[in-house]
Amino acid sequence: MTRATVVPAESPSPWSDGRVNMSTSLAGLEMPSPVLTASGCAAAGRELDQFFDITRLGAVVTKSITLEPRAGRPTPRMAETPSGMLNSIGLQGPGITAFVERDLAWLTQRGARTVVSIAGDTVEDYAKLAKTLRMHDGVDAIEVNISCPNVAERGQVFACSPDSASAVIQAVRRNTDSRVPILAKLSPDVTDITSIAVACVRAGADGLSVINTLLGLVIDTEQMRPALAGVTGGLSGPAIRPVAVRCVWQIRQALPDIPILGMGGIRTGLDALQFILAGAQAVSVGTTVFNDPSGPIRVHQELSTALAERGFSSLAEAVSYAHRAPQDRGLSESIAPAEIDEDSL
Amino acid sequence: MPEQYRGEVVSVRRAGSYHVLTLTAGSIATQTRPGQFVALAIGGEESGLLLRRAFSIHGVQERGVFGGTVDVVVSPHGAGTRWLAQRHRGDAVNLVGPLGRPFSLPRDPVSCALVGGGYGSAPLFMLAEQLRARGCRVDMVLGAATEEKLFGVLEAKRMASTVTLTTDDGSLGQTGQVTDALAGVMDQHGTDVVYACGPMGMLAAVANMATARGVYSQCAVEESMACGIGVCMTCVLPVIGDDGTTRMVRSCIDGPVFRGDTVRWADVGTIPPDTLGASPVRESSEGAR
Repeated sequence: MTRATVVPAESPSPWSDGRVNMSTSLAGLEMPSPVLTASGCAAAGRELDQFFDITRLGAVVTKSITLEPRAGRPTPRMAETPSGMLNSIGLQGPGITAFVERDLAWLTQRGARTVVSIAGDTVEDYAKLAKTLRMHDGVDAIEVNISCPNVAERGQVFACSPDSASAVIQAVRRNTDSRVPILAKLSPDVTDITSIAVACVRAGADGLSVINTLLGLVIDTEQMRPALAGVTGGLSGPAIRPVAVRCVWQIRQALPDIPILGMGGIRTGLDALQFILAGAQAVSVGTTVFNDPSGPIRVHQELSTALAERGFSSLAEAVSYAHRAPQDRGLSESIAPAEIDEDSL
Repeated sequence: MPEQYRGEVVSVRRAGSYHVLTLTAGSIATQTRPGQFVALAIGGEESGLLLRRAFSIHGVQERGVFGGTVDVVVSPHGAGTRWLAQRHRGDAVNLVGPLGRPFSLPRDPVSCALVGGGYGSAPLFMLAEQLRARGCRVDMVLGAATEEKLFGVLEAKRMASTVTLTTDDGSLGQTGQVTDALAGVMDQHGTDVVYACGPMGMLAAVANMATARGVYSQCAVEESMACGIGVCMTCVLPVIGDDGTTRMVRSCIDGPVFRGDTVRWADVGTIPPDTLGASPVRESSEGAR
């Protein structure tokens, strides 16, 4: 699939093959690429910047940051699973103060677009995090990780209740500059993801990140006990991709205009294309980074090529294309089958 | 600076229970310092095994017919290591490296004991070479469960002033563990610095023995990793910083080599309550990040 890169001077994205306009807009966040990192899979960008220029990404989505420093959970924190992995890190991180001073400052100085992911134990935590971020430059958007236990609700995860999810989003919206978009990151571990999506949008979310990990468990058959010290963990990687694409599809049908950042097991440009066709304006590459540190760049290039092969001149034209009725699929006849790589069929 | 390299297998040879793979590695080879590691992708671009496996670099050849190459020692015990052990000359293997902090080398020509458990001895030979080049005395202690599981005995004999071997079953050398032999070696040769690589239990015992004697130690840990490049936060262990504070640090970036007296060996696998950011007994079933 990979093709020689031609870089015309006027190309909107200097590292696409120049035929497809890859720029995208996510709730007002303008990006030259639709490919972002995923929270928890890129730290705060610095490590990956050794492998590729992170300013070429749509944005860096940081690991979820909490108010206070957190040591996280004991090890083992990870188990490999078929086409995926289970993790239980426990939000280890330096806390918002050190994050702002060290990581956000570095990202800003580096010139990377930055989506700061925040996580809390209470609605008040989220409000305080938003207040702190409001005082600093370089926050291009906030992704609200609501897949955290709500201490006030006996540990029920915010993302699993429309009311709790709304309360968090409202608190963040109220304490965030109106020019900074807020993305609610949804959990797939719910009966009806669209009802949570609608609740978040009503509460003021400007866009949705779809999806977080799925709760899973691996038993170590040698030790005959759970493989992770935290017992359960979040499942990620290509194994969850069909679940993620389904969630994007359902939310796009329920909310035709809401910006969606799609993620869940994206490994190739064609994987990313599934999310775009299902309704996402942009995508995050997460677990794949562990396998291929420069994966996000490769996915961008492969996606650009795949769009060109299908006759799209811009990424925007492809968003939600799979939802179109046959008579509205104007592009389909413009693609000669011979142009499509066999691997992509 | 680490890089990603599409390497290929130059050779695979058996060494006891282990397989030694020589892989083309471009400038990874020229950058490598003793104690650093490479993270190898398993099974090609569509593999269902996504996580890289970390291997300490056993040796390098900076330039040759194949350009730079690195040697790694593989003990086939799981799906990933079995796949690696089954590679043949010319097969593709994707490498990221060199990763991690190397062993620090003494400024003065001091007396060094190098301790390896099983194939944990892999990085010690590059180290021994560099120590010798600085005029250091090198004594090696290699231990394993059985003779088959000792790695690098001949190489050790070629490089070190003395080599002491131990096996749990007595199939070669002294019956027992490396720590049983180490005290004698340290006394006899006036060891100033201990370098060690091997399983956690062995490292804990070696580090504690060195610390008890007021001897400086450097230990390369083996923690399970998902990425090897510092982004996934799975390979953490409790380490005391210069400020006296314990933090959960990444063995891939802040290690794999740690000063033996800074690792809280007894607490590995836990979050000690006095760790920076340790929670006041906050348990939940939440599993996502």
